[in-house]
Amino acid sequence: MTSPRGISALGAAVRKRVIGLGVFTRFFIRLLAVSSIALTRPRLVSQQIHFIGNHSLLIIAVSGLFVGFVLGLQGYYTLNRYGSEEALGLLVALSLTRELGPVVTALLFAGRAGTSLTAEIGLMKAGEQLAAMEVMAVDPVRRVLAPRFWGGVIAMPILAAVFSMVGILGGWIVGVLMIGIDTGAFWSQMQSGVDVWKDVMNGVIKSVVFGVAVTLIALFEGWQARPTPEGVARATTRTVVAGSLAVLGLDFLLTALMFSN
Amino acid sequence: MPSPASASNNPVLRLDSVSLGYGDFTVLRDISLEVSRGQVVAMMGGSGSGKTTLLRAATGQLRARAGTVTLFDQDLGYTDARQLQSLRQRMGVLFQQGALFTDLNVFENVAFPLREHAKLNPADMLTRVLNTLEAVGLRCAAHLKVSEISGGMARRVALARAVILEPELVLYDEPFAGLDPISLGITARLIRSLSDRLGCASVVITHDIAESFAIADQVYLVGQGCIKAHGTPATLHASTDPYVQQFLNGHPDGPVPFEYPSTPAFESWLSRQGVAQ
Repeated sequence: MTSPRGISALGAAVRKRVIGLGVFTRFFIRLLAVSSIALTRPRLVSQQIHFIGNHSLLIIAVSGLFVGFVLGLQGYYTLNRYGSEEALGLLVALSLTRELGPVVTALLFAGRAGTSLTAEIGLMKAGEQLAAMEVMAVDPVRRVLAPRFWGGVIAMPILAAVFSMVGILGGWIVGVLMIGIDTGAFWSQMQSGVDVWKDVMNGVIKSVVFGVAVTLIALFEGWQARPTPEGVARATTRTVVAGSLAVLGLDFLLTALMFSN
Repeated sequence: MPSPASASNNPVLRLDSVSLGYGDFTVLRDISLEVSRGQVVAMMGGSGSGKTTLLRAATGQLRARAGTVTLFDQDLGYTDARQLQSLRQRMGVLFQQGALFTDLNVFENVAFPLREHAKLNPADMLTRVLNTLEAVGLRCAAHLKVSEISGGMARRVALARAVILEPELVLYDEPFAGLDPISLGITARLIRSLSDRLGCASVVITHDIAESFAIADQVYLVGQGCIKAHGTPATLHASTDPYVQQFLNGHPDGPVPFEYPSTPAFESWLSRQGVAQ
């Protein structure tokens, strides 16, 4: 039988989660409310797109290439059983644009740019930089967080597109150059089978949603971090864990919504 | 030199019977003080006596538990975020640790308040920032990263940033800490000259008796949760109060406690350690 202390602990845990969700929602609303800075000072956002995107570009491109290689190999082994090797281009393109491009990019983004954002905001908090801004009558949510948020949201679909393009190139290298599939069949099957709206645009929408989720979690964790080295380290870890789980959970929901008949 | 005559205007900052604290612990009780335009007020006291807490109350970062904090004739207990922001635009703050933006260089740190609040063309901004940096002896360090300058230089950059908008009230938290004797003297004279030239009110939180007494119009001595003494530097020097004398002369024995006082948080922690009290 459950003891009163156990029920009390359960209640406290649930209450803590609900409060946490409320604080997170309020943070999101506050962030949106001050987002006009993205229009009035677009340079701040473009700096962040450059910072976040540029620093993630190499890992995204290299990962995309290897994922493309693997897709090319695995796809060929499977399709070969049914004599449909020419459909390899279609398989690689659909896998990347619909799923792997947005999802793997978002997971890498959480690990690379997300942790960087959390650590940056957490250290600014620990160094009283955010408090100094407030005292200078500058809202740190507007000046620091909002440009980073929109920078992340805009950078994510661009990075996902780079991932998918490099991945397709990787599939082509393995399928056409190494295995010897006809290059015309590779590209024509892809061209005829990939729907711009249903496949590509849904992938873009996914990557935008993942961009919102991961960037928001990263900024929130940095904002809420205890202003100590340990606090920042814990917040950085939470960004990766919460960001990755959010991406996988949202991917399931979005896939169910987008691709159900 | 102090200019008592300039201290005759309405107070820029007034604390009236103010109590301040964190959690269960009340740091300061029944604090009353006034700072007027053109006046330099030194706030002195031992470590942990609550001087920075007073500063946080003046900036609106900490709400008073009792009493009223009035800034530019507005009660901070009744200001909303927008009003507080507009009041803060009229003040400059030098943080204890400098709080410089580590991703910006020296020039950009000092230019930050101008970029946010003043509409200046690039040429005017360059001139104004370099002139302010020149006043703290760092004109030729404008291009350096924050990581490339020493702690004392960082404090001088923070000082330049605090005064770049020529505010009506400047709060300095330990402006002399970590400075070499030459920089210390120049910084003290800069604080005084800013108050004289711009007519701004200055609150200097410091442990440095010689420099602060040389520039201050009024000195408040904070200790044991309240203001123990206040007056002009000459008055305090002449005071026979044992508390004042011990603090000014740095005697180890006397009414100024060396030990950090017990708090409810400490008692609670101690009881959890299973130690009989």
